[in-house]
Amino acid sequence: MPTKVEGWKDELYGNEIRENLMEFAEEGWEAIPEDEHDAWFERFKWWGLYHQRSGQESYFMMRIGTPNGVIKPGQLEVIGEVARDYAQGPADNPEFGPAVCDWTTRQSIQLHWIKLEDIPEIFEKLEAVGLSTQQACGDSWRNIVGCPVAGKDKHEHVDAWPVAEELHETFKGNDDYSNLPRKWKVAITGCDEGCGQGDINDLAFEPAEKHGEVGFNVRVGGGLSRKEARLARDIDVWVPADQAADVAHGMSALFREYGDREDRFNARIKFLMDEWGPEKMRQVLQDEFVDFELETAGEDMRDKYTYNSGGQTGHNDHVGIHEQPDGKYYVGLNVLVGRMGAEDTLELAELADEYGSGEVRLTQRQNVIILDVPEEDLEDLKSEPLLEDYSPNPSPFMRGSIACTGTEYCSLSIVETKNRQVRYARWLKENVELPADHEDFHIHLSGCTASCAQPQIADVSLRGMKTRKDGEPVEALDIGLGGGLGEDPRFADWVEMRVPADEVPGAIRNLVNSFKQLRGGGETFRDFVEARDEETLADLVEPEETDYDDPYMHNTKMTWYPYAEDDDMQSSPAPTNGQGEPIESDD
Amino acid sequence: MTTDVHQLDDGAWISVNDSRQVNVSDLWLLAETDFCGCEMADFLAEGFVEVGVDHPNIEARVAGQCIACGESGVTNWLTVGRVVDPDSGEFYGVVHESVHFPGKHAGDSELK
Ligand code: HEM
Ligand code: SF4
Ligand SMILES: [Zn+2]
Repeated sequence: MPTKVEGWKDELYGNEIRENLMEFAEEGWEAIPEDEHDAWFERFKWWGLYHQRSGQESYFMMRIGTPNGVIKPGQLEVIGEVARDYAQGPADNPEFGPAVCDWTTRQSIQLHWIKLEDIPEIFEKLEAVGLSTQQACGDSWRNIVGCPVAGKDKHEHVDAWPVAEELHETFKGNDDYSNLPRKWKVAITGCDEGCGQGDINDLAFEPAEKHGEVGFNVRVGGGLSRKEARLARDIDVWVPADQAADVAHGMSALFREYGDREDRFNARIKFLMDEWGPEKMRQVLQDEFVDFELETAGEDMRDKYTYNSGGQTGHNDHVGIHEQPDGKYYVGLNVLVGRMGAEDTLELAELADEYGSGEVRLTQRQNVIILDVPEEDLEDLKSEPLLEDYSPNPSPFMRGSIACTGTEYCSLSIVETKNRQVRYARWLKENVELPADHEDFHIHLSGCTASCAQPQIADVSLRGMKTRKDGEPVEALDIGLGGGLGEDPRFADWVEMRVPADEVPGAIRNLVNSFKQLRGGGETFRDFVEARDEETLADLVEPEETDYDDPYMHNTKMTWYPYAEDDDMQSSPAPTNGQGEPIESDD
Repeated sequence: MTTDVHQLDDGAWISVNDSRQVNVSDLWLLAETDFCGCEMADFLAEGFVEVGVDHPNIEARVAGQCIACGESGVTNWLTVGRVVDPDSGEFYGVVHESVHFPGKHAGDSELK
C-alpha cells in the first residue's frame, strides 16, 4: 500500500503547489483548512518551506537553493534584506541576535520564522535576482552541491560549475522528475582535491580521465541519514562532461521508477543499491534509461583527494586566502556553525562588492568565500572589522565546527545544537591545544540521526541523545571518532555513548591530550583512531565536568523556544497572524 | 468522523486528525518488554515507525533506544493516547513518564 504522503503527492505536487501556496498566503494562515494541514505542509516542502516544530505553529523555515553554493553578484544583498525584513521571530537568539541566515552543509541558505503571509513578497524579491526556493526540500532534485571554488581553483581538471548549472537548469521545475520517491541529492566535483563530497550523495560525478579527456566517473547511493550511513558506490561508468546530464536523466528516472514508494524509510536509492548492487544498477540504467552505450569507468583522481582527508595537507576546507588561476584571490571566511546575522550578511555583501566581483560562494562546511579579490586589496580586506568575527585564519576549533539546526526549530531533534556548539568551540579554543601539525580538526554536532551536520565524516562526531544525571533526564551526546573523506572515506566509530552534554568538552580535551602523548611520530588524528580498537578509544575519551557551563541541559524540546525568557510551551505566541499577533484559539 | 492518524516528517510526529500530537525525543518508561534486558526500559523515542488505531487507543511502534542499557530497536505497539469520542476527535495523550506496557496489536495500522 502506498503511503499517505504518496497519496497527497498523487493529488497535487510539484510546480502546481505554488498557486495554492499563493492563495493561502493572500488569505492568511487560518485559510489552510485544519484537516488539511498535514497534506499542505508536506507539499509546501517542495517550494522550500518546512513548517517549524511544535510551539512555533504558523512559522516556516525557508530554504533557498543556491547550486554549487554560487551566490552571484547582487544576490547576497537581497538575501540579507529578506532575512532582516522577514526572518525575525517573536524571540531572539542570545548568541546571534534577531534575524539570521544559516549557511547549510549542502550549500543552501536557511531562514527561519517566515510567515505564510509574507511569502509572495519574499518570492518576488528573490526571483527578481534569480534566486529560488523551488525544490529546496521535498521529494525532488535538491540543491546540487559541488566544489565551492569551481572555476576559481588551481587544482581543477574540469570546471564543474557549468555542468552543475546545466543540471540545475535542466532539473529545476522539470515535471518529469518533480515527484520522486524521496529526496535526490547530486554532487559534482571537478578538482583533484575531492571537495564535492560525492561519497555521501545519491548521485556523484567525480573527475576521471578516459581517451585523454577529463570527464566524470559516476557513483550512486551515498547518504548519512538514520543509522544507515552509506558511501556512494562505483557503478563503473564514465561520461564526458557534455553527457553528464543524460546520465543524470537516466539515474533519476531509474530512481523514480524503482525507488520504494511503500516505505519512506526504505525509499532512498542507497537502499535500492543495497538490494541490487552496482552491477545491476549499471545494467538497468543501460537497458532502460539511456539510449547510448555507457563507457566503463575512467581513471579517477581519488588518490590525490585532500579535502577532509585527515592528512593535514591541501584543502581540508576552503577557509583562508588562496590564489585563483587568474592571479586574483579567493578569501574563505569561517562562519561559526554557519550562522550569520542579517546585518553581518549585508556587510559581507558590501565587502564582496567593494573588494571582489560581488560573487560569494557557500561551502559544505558552512563557511563563505569572497571571490576575485586583487592581490593589492588583500591587506585592506583583512583589516575590515567584519573579519574579526569571520576570520580567514581562525582557531582549528572554530573552523572545524559544524552544527545542525537542532531543538531551536526542528521537530526531529533531541538536543540543542548551534548555541551549544558555539560554546564548545570557544571553550576548546581557550582550553585545548592541538599538536602544531594539526590545523584541521572537525567536530560536527547533529541533533538526531538524520545527520544534517554530517557527523559521520568528522574527526569528532557528536549526535543528540538523552541520559540521566542524578536521576534527572539531561541532554547528552554520543561521541564518534575518526570519520572523514579523501581517497578512502571512513565513517566515525561510535565509541562513547550518552555522554551528558556538559561533560563533552572535557572528554574532547582528555582525548586530545592522550592523542598528543600516545601518537607515533607524525601520526595524524585520523590514522591514530584507525589504528586503535573501539575499546581503547573509549578509554581515551573520558567524559569529565570542567568549568564549561551548559545552559541547555534541560529538555529544550519541551520549550516553545529554548532561549525565550518565558520558554514554557504554554507561553508560546504561536500561531500568529500576518502581523505576528497571536491568533485566539477556539478551544 | 473516523480518527485519522499518521506519522509525519520522517517519523518525527504522530498526527491525530491533522494535529501534531506526539513528538519524538521524550523518555518513556516501558515495563514487561522484550525490548532489552532491563526490568524497566528507559526508552528514548527517536522515530515513529508505524501508527494505528485500536479504538479508543492511538498506538504506535517506536524506534529508539533504552538509555539505561543502550539497546536500540523498535518497540511493540505502544498506546500513546486516546480519542474517546471519534465525533469530537479530541485527543488525550498519555503521561509518558508513567509506566507503559507495549503489547501485540493495533487494529487498523497505517504503515509509514
Ligand atoms: C524546521 C525543521 C528542520 C530544519 C531547520 C532542518 C535543517 C536541515 C539542514 C540545515 C540540513 C542541511 C541540508 C541542506 O542544505 O539541504 C538538513 C538536511 C537534512 N534534513 Fe533537516 N531540518 C529540519 C527538519 C528535518 C526533518 C523533520 C527531517 C526528517 C524528515 C530532516 C531530515 C534531514 C535529512 C535526512 C537531511 C540530510 C542529511 C544528509 O543525508 O546529508 N530534517 N536539514
Ligand atoms: S540532524 Fe536531526 S536535529 Fe539536526 S536539523 Fe537534521 S533532523 Fe533536525
Ligand atoms: Zn534497557
